[in-house]
Amino acid sequence: MSEATHAREARLLPARPAAARTLRYWPWLAALLVSVVLPWLFYDWQHARHVGFIVSVLSQTGMMIIFALSFNMLMGQAGLLSFCHSVLFGLAGYSTVHFLNAAGAGDLPVPMELIPLLAGLSGLGFAAVFGYIATKQRSTAFAMITLGIVQLVTTAATMFHHFFGGEGGVKTDRMIDNSLLGLKYAHAIEVYYLIVAWTLIAAIGMYFQTNTPLGRMANACRDNHERAQFVGYDPRIVRFLQFSLAGFYAGIAGGLFAITYEIVTFDAVAAPLAANALLMAYIGGATTFVGPVLGAILITLLQSVVSLMSNSWLVYVGVLFITMVIFAPAGITGIILKHAPIMRAGLMRHLVLPYSRVLVPGVIVLFGSIGLVELLSFFTIGRAQGKRLELFGQPLDIQSAVPWLICLVCLLGGGFWLARESRKFRRVWDGLMEIAQPGGSP
Amino acid sequence: MQVGLISLLDGLVYGMLLFMLASGLTLILSMMGVLNFAHASVYMLGAYFAYQIDQWAGFWPALVIAPALCGAIGAAIEVWGLRRVHHNGHIAELLFTFGLVFIIGRGVQMIWGMLPMAYRVPAGLDFPLFSLYGENFPAYRGFMLLVSGGMLFATWLLLKKTRIGLIIQASLIHPGMVSALGHNVPLVFTTVFAGGSFLAGLAGVIAGNYLTTESAMADAMGPIVFVVVIFGGLGSLAGCFIASILMGMVQTFSVVFDYSFADALKPFGVTLAANDLLGEILTIPMSRIGPLVPYALLILILVFRPRGLMGTRET
Amino acid sequence: MRFPRFYARVFPALLAVALWGPGGRAADVTIKIGYIDPFSGAFAAGGDASLKMFQFIIDNINAKGGALGKKFELVTFDDKLQPAEALIALKSVTDQNLPFVMSCVGSNVGSALIDAVNKHNTRNPDNRVLQLNCGQLATELTNEQCSFWHFRFAGSVEMRAVARIKSLPASLKTVYLLNQDYLFGQSIRNDTKKFLAFYRPDIKIVGDEMIPLMQVKDFSPYITKIKASGAESLLTGNYGPDLALLIKAGVDAGLNIRYDSYLGHVIGAPTAIGAAGDGRLTSVMEIHDNISVEENNAAQEEFVKQWRATHDFGFIAINSVTQFDMLVRAIEKAGSTDPLKVALALEGMEQKDMFGAVNVMRKDDHQLLNPYYEAVLTKGQKYDVEKTGMGWKTEFKTTVADETLPTTCKMKRPES
Repeated sequence: MSEATHAREARLLPARPAAARTLRYWPWLAALLVSVVLPWLFYDWQHARHVGFIVSVLSQTGMMIIFALSFNMLMGQAGLLSFCHSVLFGLAGYSTVHFLNAAGAGDLPVPMELIPLLAGLSGLGFAAVFGYIATKQRSTAFAMITLGIVQLVTTAATMFHHFFGGEGGVKTDRMIDNSLLGLKYAHAIEVYYLIVAWTLIAAIGMYFQTNTPLGRMANACRDNHERAQFVGYDPRIVRFLQFSLAGFYAGIAGGLFAITYEIVTFDAVAAPLAANALLMAYIGGATTFVGPVLGAILITLLQSVVSLMSNSWLVYVGVLFITMVIFAPAGITGIILKHAPIMRAGLMRHLVLPYSRVLVPGVIVLFGSIGLVELLSFFTIGRAQGKRLELFGQPLDIQSAVPWLICLVCLLGGGFWLARESRKFRRVWDGLMEIAQPGGSP
Repeated sequence: MQVGLISLLDGLVYGMLLFMLASGLTLILSMMGVLNFAHASVYMLGAYFAYQIDQWAGFWPALVIAPALCGAIGAAIEVWGLRRVHHNGHIAELLFTFGLVFIIGRGVQMIWGMLPMAYRVPAGLDFPLFSLYGENFPAYRGFMLLVSGGMLFATWLLLKKTRIGLIIQASLIHPGMVSALGHNVPLVFTTVFAGGSFLAGLAGVIAGNYLTTESAMADAMGPIVFVVVIFGGLGSLAGCFIASILMGMVQTFSVVFDYSFADALKPFGVTLAANDLLGEILTIPMSRIGPLVPYALLILILVFRPRGLMGTRET
Repeated sequence: MRFPRFYARVFPALLAVALWGPGGRAADVTIKIGYIDPFSGAFAAGGDASLKMFQFIIDNINAKGGALGKKFELVTFDDKLQPAEALIALKSVTDQNLPFVMSCVGSNVGSALIDAVNKHNTRNPDNRVLQLNCGQLATELTNEQCSFWHFRFAGSVEMRAVARIKSLPASLKTVYLLNQDYLFGQSIRNDTKKFLAFYRPDIKIVGDEMIPLMQVKDFSPYITKIKASGAESLLTGNYGPDLALLIKAGVDAGLNIRYDSYLGHVIGAPTAIGAAGDGRLTSVMEIHDNISVEENNAAQEEFVKQWRATHDFGFIAINSVTQFDMLVRAIEKAGSTDPLKVALALEGMEQKDMFGAVNVMRKDDHQLLNPYYEAVLTKGQKYDVEKTGMGWKTEFKTTVADETLPTTCKMKRPES
């Protein structure tokens, strides 16, 4: 925009006071506060230490937030479905292990706090190499190339010893005795705060990137790549740059992974991890910036916590995806944003009762279906393993038909009730939308 | 010569098996643009169903019933699942099939357990067909060739010589126009999806006792089938056929080549040692990097010829 | 075994419980052992079978009173055969102050755990954990990677190699090696070659093949190569589908060869070889169902009958029986479950196994030394395996002395 336009704007729009400007970023500050305070809520006062499992899950969540956000730079922002994002993550992880080993031996005078930056740079390098090949195409061909790349690199990672350490992977010790803050990183909580810091830096970086010309052109190429060419940009270059930058941030996540676990194996480059990124971004909502963050938190919780309670967690993941895909393709943030018109019109309180009426049968259906899955799983697998099925500490007798009947009734009965309530909900919703946006949405 | 001829036959058998799996997927991908990740899971279901029916009624009923069941499941997936998510875009369809992979995978483990199934070659086919250089060629492999060849012929016949085939071919390229001409294109889609699943199930029935029947089958076959489909090109069954045979041969022949790049350089007086990653890459023999080759081929063809070997459309 | 009760109760009110701190619990009335193995995904069968056997063993131990009056309890964690997941599980183990962690599947997981346990015990001397290895076999784990906190109760690859090579018939002159290309398979190949050179320099290795792990579906090209080489024996450390498919392909092709395996007794291979394989498949193992018959051990035969009545796979965890017997004695001797005290009590301990042979937990490298049986799968045995009509028949047995091999372990012992 020209100087004259800027000047005109400055005169027309009232200047915002500094405090109000800062307050615009309140979600970021709140998130920072929560992530700093959260481990202390789970402090084990009796043993005077943090609950290790909680710190692990939180650390993993932090890494996955960066990973999912960087993946969404490609999927949500640029319309590029990349199956090889885990390759960038994992290769940066392998590199970081080698960096740490060199730093520990005194050959690399880089403090621990800057190691993730090195990891990011290596991610950038690898992304440039792979991106050069992959971004020659777009859409489905691009996706297929990335599929080939991820299979190639995964197989190579199990074969070669010098960089990948073969099937056993490579190990390191993160206590390299070089820190800007004088920390030893012996305890998981110190690594956690390093992760928090870098997650914030990466998220801020990616957020501002969406407002840069490159970010905007990526959106344009996603929406209509032919028209983007008419504006004067080469979509290929845009794709390439976006891919490389996404690789930088994925590399940061990979570096943090290496620091936390001190071991990197081929599953850090393999397709299931890339699929994870896809799920996180999609379920959280690929159309918003914060969607992948929500998705990362949810999926990490599912994987770490639910998998401890049930061996059928894969089934739940599958059902969750299918439900989201059919009913909520814009993800969780999509659902929240749908309420925006009603919220603006101040009519949210009218939804409280309909929601609670849907919630009850919903919970019953959930209980019934989870019960059936667990019963079936226990019946065929768990029982032979000698486990006893317990629900909230009460043992269940699987030989009797009672638990099965209860779950079936919950599922079917709850299902019919839910269908009825959702029809009623739909009517209330449509009514409210009509009031909030008379004549349909703009 | 001995090794070459036997490997040729083995490569042919493996290639035809890949073709059975890939043909269904190429039809689905070409027509509906759906990356059906659940295709390999349906293949696995075909093998498990065949095992179960084999236990109750024998192999020959299994050969007919199991694929039919898979076809029915395919139709159900299309009607109740894909049709609903179709308007949400390709990624939504992809994720839907993804979710199915998890559910089918765990479902199979829950119903049949985690151990491999004792699904055996039927006694009637368990004899050596002929002997080549002292090595037996089992009759069952000949049977596999027969079934896959017969299925190829039947599919070709259906697509090229019947009216429904004509409609399907047209829908492959211009579904909008076909719909405008008054044909029930959604029904065509369902038929194609069911047909593709039928083929996948048939492949599972045949391969389940040749390879092992276990819950990891889908993960093993999945990636290579995608490579074949993309390499062959969208919208072309002939391309898919050529790609399958090619990949089958590549996988089979790479095993017998114990040479590496370093060996190729030896006559020039260049000796390489595996002292670093580059050295390792150059000295590793072909037989060990065989599994990598299809993916390398996939990347190459997508970079230089994105429509695949004989694709009728840009992917 | 109970579901991890801790999580079933805590998760619905995670925050509420956390505010009061999960550390305030009554003194433990059971001795808990964290058990990390794959229970979901493609490798679930491994963890599944092991768990069933451990259940059986622990029920027996608890029936006899457990240790120090407390019963044992297994707390299972699913690592999905990924080292990173295993490390997360290890964090839960140490967080719950479990004194022992056990893991059986995947030498790569075992290697990662050794490293992680070392680091944890160094950084947290007040909350140590002892690692019990029940099946991760790569020789390196008690040689280059040996650790004071790691005890292996399963025979290493080199121990099995001794039995494997010494049991080869004197008339055998040519072998073809085929192994999986990862830590375990490479360990097998290296030790096989080492002992072939040492015990049987007359045998010629006519082929040495490494295949990618769990990827090859069609072994016919390999069979072609093996046939072309003229080998009389296929010496392989493959297991799972890699072994089953290999044998199937060989039998289908009518290959006239011995299948001398290391893990042919693990579930799947006998089914794959079928009737045509009568007398062809051999394997080295710690136990099989017919030993009790061969050695006229009535008590053991009773055990076999009991197991077979309720399970459809053979009981192969004899070393785990020895492991738990030793653990009970070590805990009683140490007077507590403190990992350091128990470790000091375990090292050098001698224990009679189910057949009365004296096993030794060697102090130098924390490897359990036990005898091995080499057996052939053939018809006409009292107890068959996997309903194939064929059973294992012992051809050769090694002693603990045979299995006592030199180690390169330079163990760093803790100061206190």
